Amino acid sequence: MTDVVLVELTVNGERHDLAIPPRRTLADVLRHDLSLTGTHLGCEHGICGACTVLVDDQPARACLLFAASVENTRIRTVESLGGPEGGLSDLQRCFSEHHALQCGFCTPGFLMLAEGYLAEEPDPTREEIREVVASNLCRCTGYQTIVDAVEDCASRRRAALQAALDTAGSSA
Amino acid sequence: MGEPGFRRDGTWVGADVPRREDPRLLAGRGRFVDDVELPRMLHAAFVRSTEAHALVTAVDLSEVREVPGVVAAFDAADLALGDITALLDRPPEEFTPTSMPVLARDKVRYVGEPLAVVVATDPYAAEDGVEAALVDYEPLDPVVGEAAALAAAGPPVHDEAPGNVLVDVSLFATEGIDDTFATAHTVVTVEATTGRQNALPLETRGVVADWDDRDEQLLVRTCTQVPHQVRTVLARCAGLDEKQVRVTVPDMGGGFGQKCVVSREEIAAAAAARRLRRPVKWIEDRREALTASFLAREQHYTARAAFTADGEILALDADIVCDMGAYSCYPFTAGIEPLMASAEMPGVYRVPAYRVRGRAVATNKAPTAPYRGVSRPQYVMVMERLMERAARELGLDPLDVRRRNLITEFPYRGVNGVTYDPGSYRESLDLCEQVLREEGWLSHTEPGRVVGVGYSCFSERTGYGSGAFAQRKMQVVPGFDLSQITMDLDGTVSVTTGTLSHGQSHETTFAQIVADRLGIGYDKVKIVQGDTDRITYGWGSFASRSVTVGGSAASAAAVKLADQLRALAAHLAGVDVDACSLDGHGGVRAGDRTFAFPELAEVAYLRSHLLPKDLGPGLTATASFDVGGDGTFSNATHGCVVALDPGTGGVEILRYVCVEDCGVAIHPRVVEGQARGGIAQGIAGALFEQVTYDELGQPLAPSFMEYKVPTAAEIPDVRIEHLETPCAFTADGAKGAGEGGTIGAPAAVLNAVNDALRHTGVELDATPIPRAAIFAALEVPR
Ligand code: FES
Ligand code: FES
Repeated sequence: MTDVVLVELTVNGERHDLAIPPRRTLADVLRHDLSLTGTHLGCEHGICGACTVLVDDQPARACLLFAASVENTRIRTVESLGGPEGGLSDLQRCFSEHHALQCGFCTPGFLMLAEGYLAEEPDPTREEIREVVASNLCRCTGYQTIVDAVEDCASRRRAALQAALDTAGSSA
Repeated sequence: MGEPGFRRDGTWVGADVPRREDPRLLAGRGRFVDDVELPRMLHAAFVRSTEAHALVTAVDLSEVREVPGVVAAFDAADLALGDITALLDRPPEEFTPTSMPVLARDKVRYVGEPLAVVVATDPYAAEDGVEAALVDYEPLDPVVGEAAALAAAGPPVHDEAPGNVLVDVSLFATEGIDDTFATAHTVVTVEATTGRQNALPLETRGVVADWDDRDEQLLVRTCTQVPHQVRTVLARCAGLDEKQVRVTVPDMGGGFGQKCVVSREEIAAAAAARRLRRPVKWIEDRREALTASFLAREQHYTARAAFTADGEILALDADIVCDMGAYSCYPFTAGIEPLMASAEMPGVYRVPAYRVRGRAVATNKAPTAPYRGVSRPQYVMVMERLMERAARELGLDPLDVRRRNLITEFPYRGVNGVTYDPGSYRESLDLCEQVLREEGWLSHTEPGRVVGVGYSCFSERTGYGSGAFAQRKMQVVPGFDLSQITMDLDGTVSVTTGTLSHGQSHETTFAQIVADRLGIGYDKVKIVQGDTDRITYGWGSFASRSVTVGGSAASAAAVKLADQLRALAAHLAGVDVDACSLDGHGGVRAGDRTFAFPELAEVAYLRSHLLPKDLGPGLTATASFDVGGDGTFSNATHGCVVALDPGTGGVEILRYVCVEDCGVAIHPRVVEGQARGGIAQGIAGALFEQVTYDELGQPLAPSFMEYKVPTAAEIPDVRIEHLETPCAFTADGAKGAGEGGTIGAPAAVLNAVNDALRHTGVELDATPIPRAAIFAALEVPR
């Protein structure tokens, strides 16, 4: 049989010890060893972005990474976005409100892409959002509503931040 | 009462309610076929032909079986399955039957054709196994392309079809048409070609099959738009009773027609599972999906049209050749494209004389299946090019030529024998032009670039019905749909549908329809789809039939259930049934009493001694629906503004406007989503995507590096305007909305490019639009 390596992964804040072949991809480990099937595979060659997860807060293609190569990183998958009771995050709610998903197969990838991006760039222009959204493929929506959802989420987050600052200012 | 989106007039239909699919899909809790994990599950991979056309002299799997992790490997002889055969009831001069073996034997007909299935403990090992297979070929001359097929110099793709023509039909030939052409003021000709495309659902095909000893049944979870047809074919190929096969469909990541035919791989994987008595999973990888799954769209048209001096069309004569690849798909056959094109062709225009010949030829390419819009993107493109060319030759405004010829009086019986129900052909064109004018696009300029505006006008028959499909003379005739509705003790209902969502929001839209019929919240309705054990029979989802046919069946079942509830309430209240009506809030008003549904359900299930004699226990009703007559037609006009880059020949879409009319929109945002997604796929076909082969039949676009799928950077925002001409014979006035976007976009983009090239005198009639030709046209000094 193929060799097996011992790998320790931190996914969504949880530590996992795995004995896996070195050629096993992060996507397969997430999906099949950890049962985190929200991360999807649309091409397995790094183009479609359906497998996008966050590795140390940066969007990354889980199909292109060997699981053994991402030890000592923090990995986040779509399963980390919502609340514990199945509640949805603001970003997920924006996707729903803007009808930014149809079949939903590409959706986890877009969500993680946007989550990573908005954390880094809270005030993007629509054109910048479009450019980032262009890293992943969707076959159903025509993309417009995905751009709408990300744009709306960004402006709501900014508004919330501003409101928090205002309250903090007025109570000071 | 705080119900989300409940419309002011108290209906769910028409309301933008939240999609019930969303919470699980957004949380990563959707269940797609590859998410299914079963104990002792094995993984399949396929040994595939490396030759486009060859005799197979040996398949040696002995080394495969030695590969670590490999459990079994089967070739065609090992599995000994029956062939997949789709037939048309047409005479031999019109149709040549061929069949598709589940695994190729003796001969291969395209690169990627499955020859053997390898089953292993994990997918990596299965692929290792595939690499150890040895296949000996004796190459034959490949038939690559329709011209080569018709020239028929070498060995044919199928011995049964020596000239490679599988379908050759001349459905219409108006008498005297030659005289019309001879005496007409102007005759214009369009030679058009459209590239081979991949429908490309983002989720590839896949199956998990398992033999269930308890039910003595093969349980096949598969990614299909047509579960009942998969059951039938699997049962026949494997020699099982229908009841020994249960096909279920989990969440599906798109289909677009590619998954509305039966795949040989799903049959082979299921047969392997049955043989091994262990679950077997096969998930197609993208390379397989791009080279070996069903393709579509490659057609060649020679079309002539006769016009009067003032732009009135008098006659249309078309010759259509479709390159359908190596095999006829089940259930539609190789006739799918030529029959669709021939039957629908004059489209939205009043054409008094029509002659058409449609052929399907076999080539050594991956086989074709329906793809969103089937032949209509192509014929619409040809009709729209004819309108434009006539306008140019006659010195008229192309929109005026269209207006002169558009059907405006309904119902209209076309020269193709089809009766068109009312639509807004003229109004949608007027509105589309108005929007572009008001937004300033009709006089828009771009420094350093060349701008053009293009339109396309079209209608699309949706839903069809058994009558319309029977005219195609398919031996297997789709059409009706069946629904069963059951009310439970708490007053909530489940309703089955034989249609199947792969992104179109059935769990939401069907619930809206049923909720209105019963006067309950749409969250009180559960939709049951994609399970052959729970659904009597269904035709799945294609041809934009879900809401028109499936939705109408569900609606009719709900009406029957409402009648039962009223009868029951009448009995309990001791009043006449005519004095009983639904109260719109989950109850029945019976005279001066009101019964909430749970009260009635309690009688029906727990206190059945109180039931009247003529009402049995339980609350369940079944209804079917079939589209009568010739079906219903949604329509639209698309308008597109492009800028051409003289330096590169590149095309940028600056603006896209779609005025659509699908009758009553059950959920406007879902309709818009269908339009936008469809338009993106249409633009993809117009500008980017093409499956190409070299002269030996080797695929040249086996990955996303070569097969260019447009991203958000290439697909523009689309403005959508709705018009509403309700359908007279569906329950809710809906007409179907799945395919229009894809149908209209190629013509609109192509016309816009040609408008931009107007000053060069060059006219292009091919998609994907060759960038080199644009570059060359713009390079020529004016
Ligand atoms: S599956 Fe990883 S990029 Fe497509
Ligand atoms: S929603 Fe289906 S691929 Fe994006």
